[in-house]
Amino acid sequence: MAMTRREFIKFTGLGLAASSLGMLGFGASGEAQAAAVRPFKLTHATETRNTCTYCSVACGILIYSMGDRAKNARSNIIHIEGDPDHPVNRGTLCPKGSALLDIVHAPTRLKAPRYRPPGGTEFKEVSWDFALDRIATLMKEDRDKHFIAKNAAGTTVNRWTSTGMLAASASSNETAYLTWKVARSLGMVVFDNQARV
Amino acid sequence: MSDLQSQDYVRRSASTMTPPMARSHEDQVAKLIDVSRCIGCKACQSACMEWNDLRQDIGHFEGSYENPMDLSPNVWTLMKFAEYENEQGNLEWLIRKDGCMHCEDPGCLKACPAPGAIVQYANGIVDFISDKCIGCGYCEKGCPFNIPRISKKDHKSYKCTLCSDRVAVGMEPACVKACPTGAIMFGSKADMKHQAAERIVDLKSRGFENAGLYDPQEVGGTHVMYVLHHADKPSLYSGLPDKPRISPMVGAWKGVIKPLALMGIALAALGGFFHWITAGPNEVTEADEEEGERVLREGAAHEPEKTS
Repeated sequence: MAMTRREFIKFTGLGLAASSLGMLGFGASGEAQAAAVRPFKLTHATETRNTCTYCSVACGILIYSMGDRAKNARSNIIHIEGDPDHPVNRGTLCPKGSALLDIVHAPTRLKAPRYRPPGGTEFKEVSWDFALDRIATLMKEDRDKHFIAKNAAGTTVNRWTSTGMLAASASSNETAYLTWKVARSLGMVVFDNQARV
Repeated sequence: MSDLQSQDYVRRSASTMTPPMARSHEDQVAKLIDVSRCIGCKACQSACMEWNDLRQDIGHFEGSYENPMDLSPNVWTLMKFAEYENEQGNLEWLIRKDGCMHCEDPGCLKACPAPGAIVQYANGIVDFISDKCIGCGYCEKGCPFNIPRISKKDHKSYKCTLCSDRVAVGMEPACVKACPTGAIMFGSKADMKHQAAERIVDLKSRGFENAGLYDPQEVGGTHVMYVLHHADKPSLYSGLPDKPRISPMVGAWKGVIKPLALMGIALAALGGFFHWITAGPNEVTEADEEEGERVLREGAAHEPEKTS
């Protein structure tokens, strides 16, 4: 396109004037208004109630995951905040609880049982079957060896004092009931939970 | 009406347009930070970063409880710790949650030259619209509380939004919800003032004679208010301004120099137009054209051969 110097200057001036008018606020403002507030990110997220994993206060939390649980949608936790209906914390959380999202996605998070054999130097990942079988075997060996059925006076006591169990404190009522049943039915008397730590 | 939203504008930076006002009968909101109840746990800081998807790089221990040491584009609220020895010789640990105060008369918005980059909603929240931000840093200079920070990565300015996305759907800001001691509260500005008044009576009865509300009228009041045990000396709290004031330079540039400069531009354009009408364009004569052609021809002829 042939253009004289004069035409070039005219076009440049026009462009400058038009953009200046826009910058002075004569342009469309509706777009800016519509796009203002960051859209609320939890509108259709799935809300799940749970208990904070950290300390024995056991604050109620709401876990938000993306997706509406449709068959083909894979849930991913995107946000965690306090549960306002939980009597313990009524929606509040401590700094650790407020940052729970980052332990969910932490690359260092333990996701499977790990085993270091006696004399070994390194932990290696094992299956849950292996881990549970190993725990059961050791428990049974120890119980068979040290179980006390009767005390010195001949009274039946059914005690197993050489193995203990430390349970979580952040359990629901039902979980606590079952934990109690399992431990006590084995005769276990050394039994405590993290709330006393 | 589709351009309207749950929070309507009342002010827009560097704009001549009048925002739609008909639906602005909205309750003013406020966040009340009761400094006397704060234990400095930083749950608000965590919750803010979590909700707003901000992550600051891991830094170094600087010998202070403050972590990180300053606000940044990724740190919109920060606990500031000050040690104060009172008249009785006792140590008082004054912990203040620093962040945007959401002024009724925002210095950042007044100083901003980018149309629509800073807006104020009818409920009082002052928000940065980042895609309109040009990263000039005038908001930093205009802010009496030294809050906005420009990102070195994307050259945009960032600060607390008072969780405008949560407030828009009827929720409280993330920091308010998290606070385990109830030191941060949220509600209508009237309710928060009432809450503060009750708390101040309580503090006074416990010997804090100068307890009071920090809602500085120099900036038209704020939508983030503090209950201070020493309201007579706000600067004890890690440099909270006693009398926050928008820099007079903002008023000078925007109030005096800007209209003068615009007038200058208009006069220059007008002068040019009348010069064109009266004197006419600067015509090129035939002789000038021929002389130009001759210079071009001779220049081309004398140009040495290019070697490469």
